[in-house]
Amino acid sequence: MGKKKAKGTAKPPPLETSVKMVQSILRKRLAQMSSPPEIQGYTKERQQLFDLLKRTTVSGESNSVLLIGPRGSGKTMLLQSVLTELKEDDNIHQNLLQVHLNGLLQTDDRIALKDITRQLQLENTVGDRVFGSFSETLQFLLEALKKGSSQTSKPILFVLDEFDLFAHHRNQTLLYNLFDVSQSAQTPICVVGVTCRLDVIELLEKRVKSRFSHRQIHLFNTHGFYDFSQMCTSYLSLTPGELDATVTEPWNTHVQELVSEPSVRDVLQRQFNLNKDVRGLIALLTHPICRLSPTHPVLEAGDFLDSFKKLTTDTKSAMLHGVSILELCLIIAMKHLMDIYDGEPFNFEMVYSEYLKFAQRKSSMQVYEKPVVLKAFEHLMTLEFIRALDGSGSRVQKEYKLMSLLIHPSQIVDALQKYPNCPTEVKQWAGNSVV
Amino acid sequence: MSVECETYCWGHDPTALENLRKRTPCRSSQIETLLQLFGDAAHYTPPALFVYGHTATGKSCIINGILRSLKLPHVPVNCVECYSSRFLYEHILNNLPSTDNSTRCDNMNDFVRLLQQRIQESQLHDQTVYIVLDKAERLRDMEANILPAFLRLQELTGMNVCTIMLSEIVWEKFRFGTGFSEPYLLHFPDYSKNELLEIMNLDAPSDYPAALYGNYINLIMSVFHLVCRDLKELRHLASLNFTKYVEPIESEEATVNDFRKLWKNVEPHLKKALQTIYLREISSSQWEKLQKEQDSAAINPIPASRSHVELPYYSKYLLIAAYLASYNPVKSDRRFFVKHTAKSRTKPQRAKAKKQERASNHLLGPKPFPLDRLLAIFYSIVEGKVAPTAIIYSQITSLVSLHLLGPAAGEDQIDMPRYKCLVSLDFIKSVSRTVSFEVTRYLYDFA
Repeated sequence: MGKKKAKGTAKPPPLETSVKMVQSILRKRLAQMSSPPEIQGYTKERQQLFDLLKRTTVSGESNSVLLIGPRGSGKTMLLQSVLTELKEDDNIHQNLLQVHLNGLLQTDDRIALKDITRQLQLENTVGDRVFGSFSETLQFLLEALKKGSSQTSKPILFVLDEFDLFAHHRNQTLLYNLFDVSQSAQTPICVVGVTCRLDVIELLEKRVKSRFSHRQIHLFNTHGFYDFSQMCTSYLSLTPGELDATVTEPWNTHVQELVSEPSVRDVLQRQFNLNKDVRGLIALLTHPICRLSPTHPVLEAGDFLDSFKKLTTDTKSAMLHGVSILELCLIIAMKHLMDIYDGEPFNFEMVYSEYLKFAQRKSSMQVYEKPVVLKAFEHLMTLEFIRALDGSGSRVQKEYKLMSLLIHPSQIVDALQKYPNCPTEVKQWAGNSVV
Repeated sequence: MSVECETYCWGHDPTALENLRKRTPCRSSQIETLLQLFGDAAHYTPPALFVYGHTATGKSCIINGILRSLKLPHVPVNCVECYSSRFLYEHILNNLPSTDNSTRCDNMNDFVRLLQQRIQESQLHDQTVYIVLDKAERLRDMEANILPAFLRLQELTGMNVCTIMLSEIVWEKFRFGTGFSEPYLLHFPDYSKNELLEIMNLDAPSDYPAALYGNYINLIMSVFHLVCRDLKELRHLASLNFTKYVEPIESEEATVNDFRKLWKNVEPHLKKALQTIYLREISSSQWEKLQKEQDSAAINPIPASRSHVELPYYSKYLLIAAYLASYNPVKSDRRFFVKHTAKSRTKPQRAKAKKQERASNHLLGPKPFPLDRLLAIFYSIVEGKVAPTAIIYSQITSLVSLHLLGPAAGEDQIDMPRYKCLVSLDFIKSVSRTVSFEVTRYLYDFA
């Protein structure tokens, strides 16, 4: 069915270029570099934010607001779309100054201040460099902000991404000063904090908290499965005007049909049950979109199934598949020790004696010497399947270091079933702990 | 259809890819997936890929191979070498193809700004730039903002940048705090036994028939495969022992087809290799020398010599006393070290009590003991009168500095320090033999 569709499109642009173009558009969406096709929900929140920013820019009112929501719930996207709409107004476009800060980049107030002066292009910047010490820059910045008033100076929008990280700065100087300016009649500024921590207010100091307007906008993924599959369709389909109509139309109808196919719906439903945010959807779509090529020009239901299978593989079981038989025996011995002693930590000597009990009495396998077994044990340690309880600092011989097992028994059972050429004795030993 | 897909390579040089496939057998599906993810040079790639798999499953080999042979702009980084954030930033910036090579950069903010500049200067903004972070588990030990920032470098720079992280450790162990944008996970599965054979056959020397080497590799696998699946280690072992395997052919005792004889000759040799060279008890060059001198391979001058340290007389007794204090329970001291004691318990009672604790001490490891107890045991076992001089005390501290004793965890006192004994039973046996003291007679687990 897919092939037929693709042939239909092949009239004006040759197949190869059309697929390439489609793919580069879709890839851009995956990488979250282009604005997503349409914003789902959040109409009320969007209006609220829009009004607030507009009041700051037009009537010179100072504001502060926090956007709170889990990761991947569209906080930055909402802000971006509000800003693009604001900028359509020519007056605002020329008047509004923007400062974007990110808690991951500006890890302390000194760096943040320098970046603010750089982004505002103040007098003490030459090119990209900012001069002056921390206190000088702060003083300079505050003076520059204080001189202004709501009538004469341009409004400034501060966007603080990863707001909770700014709250960890020393004395919260930056936050205090920003909120202080927004509370007093100086240059109109609007501070927008973006964070995923619900308890972010508790992180603020009292003096900072009292200056904050306590206006919060919560963004939660409140959509249901219907919206989720709609989102999937809109992520995959092309907006008219991006490409030739001869490419767009058949592509979009194909996507429509594909998403309503029962197997694809089933995959979407299962992904929805695991993770309903956009990032999860994007991860699911990565494989099908990247697979597109002139030799594979349309999305197929099989791609979705493959992709979901890849996303949901248990990484630890996959790693367990690659350990040697001896290491597997050690893991089973550890599992037994955990069973027998109720999850008490163990050391190498115990594991070794448990292994000897099995290898000497119950099996025809070769019994390995202590140093060889110790090497296998250490390999498990570097893979972080087992972890020392009290760091590496304490000085005990490595044989006597207390360890805990970081694999769930069900994962061991799972891995044993998939293990290639596993000796039956080992399997039986894994089944019953009493040897 | 899938065959067609494999050959499609997004305008990259197909011969380079073909060469790569030949050099790295058994990895074509991984190469294909990676090519699909990379796409065209101008295509956007997912912001972060996390590649995990065991040692020597071809993670860095394949990824660097693809990037190199397709001539994509990339910076390989080893996170062990770049152990501090500044080295990491400067290494990446200086290795981008651009003009000057001496940037200073000590925080993430400058790094992102400079990276943007560099990419624009060197005309790379219409291509994907790859940053390959090998041994990515080390990133967890650096500042907390590095890992999340690298994961969203594409968003932060606004450039087409893709971070590829390689690690042996699963992704779950990287998550912390409030989380971050998740990378796309890619697993490199382990090689199966047949795949290992196929890859190791590539090393076959040209002056012997291929079947002979294939057979030899089979032998190597039969001895080592249960213990070790590391391709590098297996190849190393194969290359070391091959001269021994072909020895009968060289000396014309056996022919090339005499597999049985060759096997008989090499098997004990390989078994020994498992205990020596695999554990690095002796170095590869020593092993090769041993192979040349036939007879000395039988004597092998290995492990025993390790556990022999020359100590002063009193230090030996102090160490023995420390060992006894660490591995005997306190309540048994009276029985072992007090000369005339009335036997309070009857024999069956004692046996019963002992059975409960039997052998547990040597399983659980050394227990800490106070200095007083060490000295008490020392005076009861040492022969002759010994004054508690400063020398005795300094010998105790010098035993600590030799790591034969260790301070008990979390304690730092002058008046009554507590120690643990950190030597093995074999070691203490050999020490006590030199002073003709029978240590097992005093050990609770054995007496």
